[in-house]
Amino acid sequence: MAKVPVQFTLNGSEKAEFIESGTTLLHALRDKIGDTSPKGGCHQGTCGACSVIIDGELRLSCLMLAETCSGADIQTAAGLAEGGMLHPLQRAFLDAFATQCGFCTPGMIIAAKVLLDHTPNPSREDVVEALSGNICRCTGYEPIIQAVLAAARANSQNAA
Amino acid sequence: MELRKDYFADVRKDGLNEIGQPRPRLDSPGHVTGKTAYFADRNFPGMLHLKMVRSPHHHARIRSIDTSEAEKHPGVVRVLTARDVPHNVYTILILIQIGPEDETVLADGKVRWKGEAVVAVLAETERAALEAAAKVRVDYEVLPAVFDMEEALKPGAPVVNEYHGQNYYLYDSGECRKVRFGDVEAGFAQADHILEQTYQSSPIEHAPTETTGCVVAPEGNDRFTCYTNTQAMFFTLDNASIILQMPGSKLHFVGGTVGGGFGGKVDVIVEPIAILAAKLTGRPVSFIYSREEEMQISSPRAAEKVVIKDGVMKDGRIVARKVIGYTDAGAYSRHSPYGAQKGAAHYPGPYTIPNVWIDTYCVYTNRTPSSAMRGFGVTIGDFALEVQMDKLARLIGMDPFEFRFINAYRDGDMKAHRQPTEGAALIECMQETSRAANWPVAEKYMAMSSYRKGA
Ligand code: FES
Ligand code: FES
Repeated sequence: MAKVPVQFTLNGSEKAEFIESGTTLLHALRDKIGDTSPKGGCHQGTCGACSVIIDGELRLSCLMLAETCSGADIQTAAGLAEGGMLHPLQRAFLDAFATQCGFCTPGMIIAAKVLLDHTPNPSREDVVEALSGNICRCTGYEPIIQAVLAAARANSQNAA
Repeated sequence: MELRKDYFADVRKDGLNEIGQPRPRLDSPGHVTGKTAYFADRNFPGMLHLKMVRSPHHHARIRSIDTSEAEKHPGVVRVLTARDVPHNVYTILILIQIGPEDETVLADGKVRWKGEAVVAVLAETERAALEAAAKVRVDYEVLPAVFDMEEALKPGAPVVNEYHGQNYYLYDSGECRKVRFGDVEAGFAQADHILEQTYQSSPIEHAPTETTGCVVAPEGNDRFTCYTNTQAMFFTLDNASIILQMPGSKLHFVGGTVGGGFGGKVDVIVEPIAILAAKLTGRPVSFIYSREEEMQISSPRAAEKVVIKDGVMKDGRIVARKVIGYTDAGAYSRHSPYGAQKGAAHYPGPYTIPNVWIDTYCVYTNRTPSSAMRGFGVTIGDFALEVQMDKLARLIGMDPFEFRFINAYRDGDMKAHRQPTEGAALIECMQETSRAANWPVAEKYMAMSSYRKGA
């Protein structure tokens, strides 16, 4: 099968790979590049476990072809902690008991990050709306919503 | 969190260091940073992908299987059929002496449910495996199927599973699990009211966010490491050992974080065939359910039917209870004989009833095999029992909560299974609930206690 070159920035580092044409970004990240933080739950765009940020926008990596991502700036949950310091959202998920099996967690945190990047002081409805594409089968959504709201509060205090 | 210290003060230990204290989960730092390793996060060079050819029929005889076109498909490395499996007929609970073995790893001669695994295809890519699987030709002779438990129990119904010979699990107590306590007919004769109701449930899928699967790596010296999301590590190890006719010392199972399970990952379905594939090809193998397979193929909670007949007095005492429970095992046993048995133990409820008569059947039908899920065998039973309790209370014009105080079991009461009740605490829980839910009950119930002096 034909291989195509792709080149993008992943969590700040340059990546270049030859991949089979038609490979999803999810497979390219997990199987080729070795970033397994995006998870494959449904491979059909319905669970949100594979969520990544591409050029600042929330994207489902199971529905993106890797070859369309050349030149893009991609962020995943694996790149959120900086210098060994957890991102406020990661801290908040820990503190609010917002993870159980953890399979949905990277996708949840990514969806929440896009929300907070665009809307630093979200209402509860904003959070619910932003997470509506992410399925969690273990935790129940309330602790997750509380974690995102807590992270937003922590952020605005830091900014003040 | 506030701990009530007045209950069971004489038996409670004080100075608890853990209970009532918040503790962070040990695994959550890995979850929030995306570092937790799930089985599918293991990737090996040269890994093959396994895809199943599945039965499109609920019940059919297999006349022939032709894999020649699939084997020629580019990228295909090997195709497996029943002949390749050393011990093809197995049952999970044989490990605790619950037989007979009644399920095939790969179908042999017959399929008994729509979705049953027939042929395994191994290829270099997932896509090649899927394309080749579509080229396997299976010639079926469709047989009459049965989907309803009561139909399945009628004489002359199609026999679903020949390893049982009849469409119910044969317990040592006969065609069902039985509980007999007191004289239920005398109880009904004495009752002021009798209420008989039927409750039914559908199968329920667990839908874990991570689908079922495993990744197997050959380690040399005929040893294999299997990374799996099983919830039943030792059942899986021991059953794989039986199915593959390999000593357990050759099999290294690595579990760990399971991406949701809810009981749906206790069956032994993916690991033995993936290990066999790795053994026969000498290559790493990945066998992961698609979301569609997870929903259609993985065993659901059993459909159940519960018929409850209660005799109750005007003053609120239940004096007789007769229950017939049916658990739909689907085509194979898996954990269902145990589920049906749990129902028999559970149907008296947490109530003291002097006359009890219970039969629970584990029934085979041509439906997806059901198995464990969060309190299987008792959860639907509780739904039925508690709806029945509400209906009984309404029938005699009593508050449904007060009605439960009257019947709640208390220390020293003899249960229908002839075990005296100990440490019940049900009354105290209901009293707390009454306060918390702001559902007041009469003072005499608030003065009751589960604890009977001298009991
Ligand atoms: S795996 Fe992409 S949305 Fe579910
Ligand atoms: S924590 Fe298990 S799916 Fe969300």
